Amino acid sequence: MSLQVAFQHRYPGTSLDVRFEAPQGITALFGPSGVGKTSVINVVAGLLRPDQGRIALGDRLFFDHAARVDLPTRKRRVGYVFQDHRLFPHMTVLQNLTYGRRAQRLPVQAADIDPVVQMLGLAQLLQRMPEALSGGETQRVAIGRALLAEPELLLLDEPLAALDQARRQEIMPYLERLRDQAAMPMLYVSHSVSEVARLATTVVAMKDGRVARVGPVAEVFADPVAADALGDAAMGAILSARVVAQHADGLTELAAAGGTLWLPYPDVGAQRNVTVRVRAQDVMLSLTRPSGISALNVLEGRIRKLHRREAGGVMVQLQCGNAHLLARITGRSAAAMALSEGDQVFAVVKTVAVAEAEVFGR
Amino acid sequence: MSAFADFLEPEGWQAVILSLKVSFWATLLSLPLAVWVGYVLARGQFWGKQLLNGLVHLPLILPPVVTGYVLLVVFGRRAPLGTWLEEVFGLVLAFRWTGAALAAAVMAFPLMVRAIRLAVENTEPGLEAAAATLGASKPFIFVTVTLPLILPGILTGAILGFAKAVGEFGATITFVSSIPGETQTLPSAIYAALQVPGGEGQAARLVIMSLVLALGALIISEVLAHRMARKRTAR
Repeated sequence: MSLQVAFQHRYPGTSLDVRFEAPQGITALFGPSGVGKTSVINVVAGLLRPDQGRIALGDRLFFDHAARVDLPTRKRRVGYVFQDHRLFPHMTVLQNLTYGRRAQRLPVQAADIDPVVQMLGLAQLLQRMPEALSGGETQRVAIGRALLAEPELLLLDEPLAALDQARRQEIMPYLERLRDQAAMPMLYVSHSVSEVARLATTVVAMKDGRVARVGPVAEVFADPVAADALGDAAMGAILSARVVAQHADGLTELAAAGGTLWLPYPDVGAQRNVTVRVRAQDVMLSLTRPSGISALNVLEGRIRKLHRREAGGVMVQLQCGNAHLLARITGRSAAAMALSEGDQVFAVVKTVAVAEAEVFGR
Repeated sequence: MSAFADFLEPEGWQAVILSLKVSFWATLLSLPLAVWVGYVLARGQFWGKQLLNGLVHLPLILPPVVTGYVLLVVFGRRAPLGTWLEEVFGLVLAFRWTGAALAAAVMAFPLMVRAIRLAVENTEPGLEAAAATLGASKPFIFVTVTLPLILPGILTGAILGFAKAVGEFGATITFVSSIPGETQTLPSAIYAALQVPGGEGQAARLVIMSLVLALGALIISEVLAHRMARKRTAR
């Protein structure tokens, strides 16, 4: 079952024109703040009525301007996790969790809600009031409340944005479990590349109220042309890798798709599969195999695509083994090195440039 | 005890009890309508919203005598609506305590609506949207989310309305006059006592009674509001 979204909507001074399809798994709506990501999921939820368009989940029509169909929110069966959680302040956690089931006259026996309570680790919180919860707990309850209403589609609006780094790390595993267990499309609004890289399978990159790019996450963020829409800082290769060994000097050896990588993370378990993100701005290029430098990670590759940015600078996509690496270099360097597609080059990745949060356990 | 009973003359106690009865029914019967109008004015988007708003607030800005006159014209025994009510329900308003209740309700209504409207505006509309995404119908959302959250506002509105109803004078005396035992409420009784030579003592004691009533209502509302706040933060 997939979600089809196609609509236009005008606001005073701005407009939205959005068209994409979200398959099962997590589809990230990615883009800077104010680009209209939340409006998109509000349209899907029926909280905002667009001027034109058609929204359907599988064969269930949510909205069709031409056919004058506009299914009310309560009949769409969409679970919505709001950025500001919106737990009912006058109800206990348990009453919040069962609200959707009571509203829909679904059974509220312990057996019906236990799986979700277990998965989200809520057993200790059930009798508390929302204001007595921490930020991370609040967001877990909000996720549980949405799930227990038995939705056929889950909408998550920056569920981690209001949390600090430690709380994010606390929620992430629950979201990953959800992605792997729930057989429904999920729309995940985010402006964080590391969240998107870790959680999403498909990304819908938005810019100025339009869809700039749709595709598999690793493909979109390593596409040099996508830099025009997504911005340089977001760009980079997302590589799956396996931990080979932890060395005595504190370095971890990874077998990545493009070659061997050395990272200073002593606490990554051996033989685990991880995803690493190598940002385009952290990759240097060399025509010869560099020697006498401090960087440990040197990958050999061939230039697959060169993209000269209007803003200056060049995005270079490399084929390293079966992986695509992305490097951002200056236009002057590209000219001096006389780079062209097909050339053999060496990519130098600064070890320290790979941040802790960008190594994800899978 | 008898000293307490002797505090007022029998007509005085009659006025106190009548005032309580009139204000109680005026508040109780207009409260549901006030909740509905307050909610609609806060959340609704419809043609004529400003018209409704103006209509509700009219008794607040009109001279009370004018409101009483309008009531007399509309609900008097010879007026169409008054005749209809008498024929169909056997309900007579003019110069009866029921009419005093109606006048008090009309005068108290804007205050109740204002308090409730404010409470609705202060609740996060996002909570109602969240309830809708969970599959709740509009009536279910109103009863389970909106109503519990605006309860303090409803209480404030009710107390304000009750206090206003106890003190109502102009519209009441215009519409139902000041008949001892039937329509002579506390303010009318004070006014009547002041018209009689040597009635100053009775008037002063009635004034003290209205002070006690007003303070009592205020204390009850404070206690209830405090209890509600405690319930919310419990556990």
